[in-house]
Amino acid sequence: MDEIKISNLQDQELLLLSKKMLLSLDLNEMKTIKTYYKKLAREPTRIEIETLAQTWSEHCKHKTFNAQINYAENGENKKINSLFKTYIKAATEKSKKTWLVSVFSDNAGIIKFNSKYNIAMKAETHNHPSALDPYGGANTGVGGVIRDILGAGLGAKPFANTDVFCFAPHDMQKEKVPRGVLHPKRIFKGVRSGVADYGNRIGIPTVNGAIIFDEGYVANPLVYCGTVGLIPKGMEKKKAKPGDKIVVLGARTGRDGIHGATFSSIDLNESASSSAVQIGNPIEERKMMDALIKARDQKLYSAITDCGAGGFSSAIGEMGCQIGARVDLEKAPLKYKGLSAWEIWVSESQERMVLSVPEKNLQKLSEICEIEGTQMAVIGEFTNTKKLELFYNNELLGEIKMEFLHQGLPQKQMNAKWNTKAQKEIRNLPPTNYGQILKQLLAMPNIASKESTVRKYDHEVGGGTVGKPFVGEQNDCPADAAIVRPLLDDWAGAVISNGINPLYSKLDPYHMATLSIDEAIRNALCVGAHFESIVLLDNFCWANPEREETLGELVRACMGCYDASVAFKTPFISGKDSLYNEYNSENSKIAIPGTLLISALGIITDSKKKVSMPFKHAANPIYILGNTYCELGASHFGKLIGSTAGSIPKVRFKDAVKTFSKLSALLKKQNPNSKIIKACHDCSEGGIAVAISEMAFSNTLGAQIDLRKMRVGERTSREDFILFSESPSRFIVEVDISQKKKFEDAMKGVVFSQIGTVTKNGKLQITGLAGTKIIDEQISTLKAAWKKTLGW
Amino acid sequence: MAIKAISLRAAGTNCNYETEFALKSSGFAVESVHINELIRGDKKLSEYRLLALPGGFSAGDYLGSGKVYANKLLFKLKDQVPEFIKSGNLAIGLCNGFQVMVKAGILPGFLGNYKEQLTTLTLNEPLGFQCRWVRIKAQKSNCIFTKGIDEMDVPIAHGEGRFIVKDQSVLQRLYENSQVVFKYVQNPTGTTDSIAGICDSSGRVLGMMPHPERNLFAINSPQSDSLKPGAKGEGIKIFENAFSYLKK
Repeated sequence: MDEIKISNLQDQELLLLSKKMLLSLDLNEMKTIKTYYKKLAREPTRIEIETLAQTWSEHCKHKTFNAQINYAENGENKKINSLFKTYIKAATEKSKKTWLVSVFSDNAGIIKFNSKYNIAMKAETHNHPSALDPYGGANTGVGGVIRDILGAGLGAKPFANTDVFCFAPHDMQKEKVPRGVLHPKRIFKGVRSGVADYGNRIGIPTVNGAIIFDEGYVANPLVYCGTVGLIPKGMEKKKAKPGDKIVVLGARTGRDGIHGATFSSIDLNESASSSAVQIGNPIEERKMMDALIKARDQKLYSAITDCGAGGFSSAIGEMGCQIGARVDLEKAPLKYKGLSAWEIWVSESQERMVLSVPEKNLQKLSEICEIEGTQMAVIGEFTNTKKLELFYNNELLGEIKMEFLHQGLPQKQMNAKWNTKAQKEIRNLPPTNYGQILKQLLAMPNIASKESTVRKYDHEVGGGTVGKPFVGEQNDCPADAAIVRPLLDDWAGAVISNGINPLYSKLDPYHMATLSIDEAIRNALCVGAHFESIVLLDNFCWANPEREETLGELVRACMGCYDASVAFKTPFISGKDSLYNEYNSENSKIAIPGTLLISALGIITDSKKKVSMPFKHAANPIYILGNTYCELGASHFGKLIGSTAGSIPKVRFKDAVKTFSKLSALLKKQNPNSKIIKACHDCSEGGIAVAISEMAFSNTLGAQIDLRKMRVGERTSREDFILFSESPSRFIVEVDISQKKKFEDAMKGVVFSQIGTVTKNGKLQITGLAGTKIIDEQISTLKAAWKKTLGW
Repeated sequence: MAIKAISLRAAGTNCNYETEFALKSSGFAVESVHINELIRGDKKLSEYRLLALPGGFSAGDYLGSGKVYANKLLFKLKDQVPEFIKSGNLAIGLCNGFQVMVKAGILPGFLGNYKEQLTTLTLNEPLGFQCRWVRIKAQKSNCIFTKGIDEMDVPIAHGEGRFIVKDQSVLQRLYENSQVVFKYVQNPTGTTDSIAGICDSSGRVLGMMPHPERNLFAINSPQSDSLKPGAKGEGIKIFENAFSYLKK
């Protein structure tokens, strides 16, 4: 056996070994392994060490989220035993929602959909690979999250994809890009081709997403991929049984993606190897998927897991954790000769799933694979030894007790610190040319049209996309959320939206988190999702948490997640974290801003009741729901005028819940043939002026707005604050003129006011506090500015 | 007796669900069959009355869209598809299915010759995949699928939809035989004469780049705000026409 001698190593040497072998294990973890093998009176083998490193990686075990944290907030100390349990899981438990089918225990969260089916959703990140190889990294990011859904329960069938990217500005000066890093525009182009090529080829519509720009992502771009799938009721549970064969189905194993899990658990630097990046093949995955769904419906297997991070080692180790498994590695089909046994074991080659199959079903499964043109191989058996036993040509290469593998990892001890920063309001004088400011805001990359990217994704395949990324007469107006009908004989739709705003992290990650949740929910509500049906997914991307300030920011964000989730009664069903998103170059460190993507999934039981963003008819009244406050911190307006001042917007939960409930109830109640609410859009980046412009982009209509009619939460004479504040929980709504009263009655108790009317002159006209026009712009001019920035 | 349709898949076919749903809603008894099942002889083409080649990325389209699937039809099924059509049955190819049809020479199918490639579908101009809703206009033709259809909204989603002909005489024959079935109102892909779909000389074989199977419900259209929410989509008519034709 290929031994790694660790029994006599000193602390420094253990750390060196961890680094040399790219194990990404810390001293305490290395010592735990050393002690364990000392007790066994032998040295670990190479494959055992590799197995432990993969299984214990940050990527697989979420060591930071499960750590014991000593947290000091403004000097006050507090112990947190697991961020995950304290803030994420606890919020879900508190919600006591009855439609949660499976949460946090599987590859994806599962909720009820209709009387026959449930829905599974998962969002993943593929950041480190995308930094090295944007196309390949994004490509396999999509492939990977699709397999998460295929491996949820006994397998869900994917019907929608989402993707969210964070890049440095596309026009960043070359000199500002650190050595060894690709230019952001090149990363952007590679990533979008990677996502498009995989999603389009495999035939899953890409229906929702976002693109965020900030200098902090220059060396660590973020690529989030999400998938939603449909699974028949009763198929949410799985259990491998002793005696079941271990079957690998799908593609062959190669040397691509060795050490992906451990490599993504450390900082990037110039010498990172792209052999850690996998190679994707969407058609292999399609074939595998078609075979799997057939096999699932014939009930041919008892459990299934995807081969993701850690490859076989994670998949088989996980499936056999309660019972035991014996693997004969020489039986795995290979792409080419020359792989060592441990490489086969940890390779992250794509498009593979591991199944546990009773022997009597092997023939039928093999028949299906032959027809679908994919491959399967029996590579071992689940046992009742409670051990993981690894063989190559009958030679025992490694043997680890499942208990040590899965429970042996010591809980991490970490320190975190947070000191609240003082915030002052913007003191610049109000601008004089609001029309110009509005055009500049619309042209800012975070706000500008993403059409040139979204066009490249097939968002229609499946025939169920009834809430589209593009709406309006010219078919190029943005949408707040997507609605997909996974079953064409049921009007029910799944509503998918997201909320993300890392700019707020720079002020306070607590509010960043509550604002992102508020945004994800209000986006879903805009198109008609039922408020009480909404569930959330949390995806954290953070810098190195071993720095106590960075971990302190993460703690704040988790606290925000808890408070918002509990207040809105919107439980988390799944989540993921990607840490160590920072880059070490010669003598500097570049860390990303703390970034939280909240994905929201909701149900609209009758998708005929959907509402879209564009204005529909001239003369209809325009309302705003929710109060506007003078809170311009981290706003796009602030960024535009070069001010870093301003207090961060706050979610006022009580008011927000009232607005959300009443709006959602009315949308649910309205008659699809004579809707009271004709158009609905939330206010986010850029505030009301941007929101109203976007609603007018679709056609020849315009809007006349009077700022004096706005409901403001505090007295102010600053028109710029009212126009550009990004206060959350607000909506702009167009109401059918003949049903005004019905609308106003339904909104009783909510802060709202009529602020204007839809016009037919194709202009946005806004009257200021003094009664004079402060904005008078052609919609076509505004739209041109909005389309230009990213129109390549 | 039930009228049977076969939705023939290959590796990478991905529009089969909605295509099969459209056929079912129009009255057909539909079977989803992998081409390997026909090659192995598990299923027989002669048992069906309509052959649908759904969209997707067969074999990834890495060697040119539809090329590998077309070769499977030509060299593995040999004369089965031409025989199938000649015996009075119907065939429809959508998007990738249309690409397969032209590359296997099933279309334009002049005078019952279903094995000669005279046209192709190649890279869009401007280059690149695009997904967008477009308006198409039915041309005067003897195509049995388009009876009663004038214009409709449908999505396109492809990177190789530019229809070109071997030489001008092919185009001329297409017009003379009234085989040009659909044209785009606004040409999105640089396709010759805005052609979006053609049929064979008999009018029983239709191939088109847009996806009528993605417009089965009015609420699918981006213009749905001005349509009756519960209404059928304009695309379903194509499948209903096929069923009525065979029912007679």
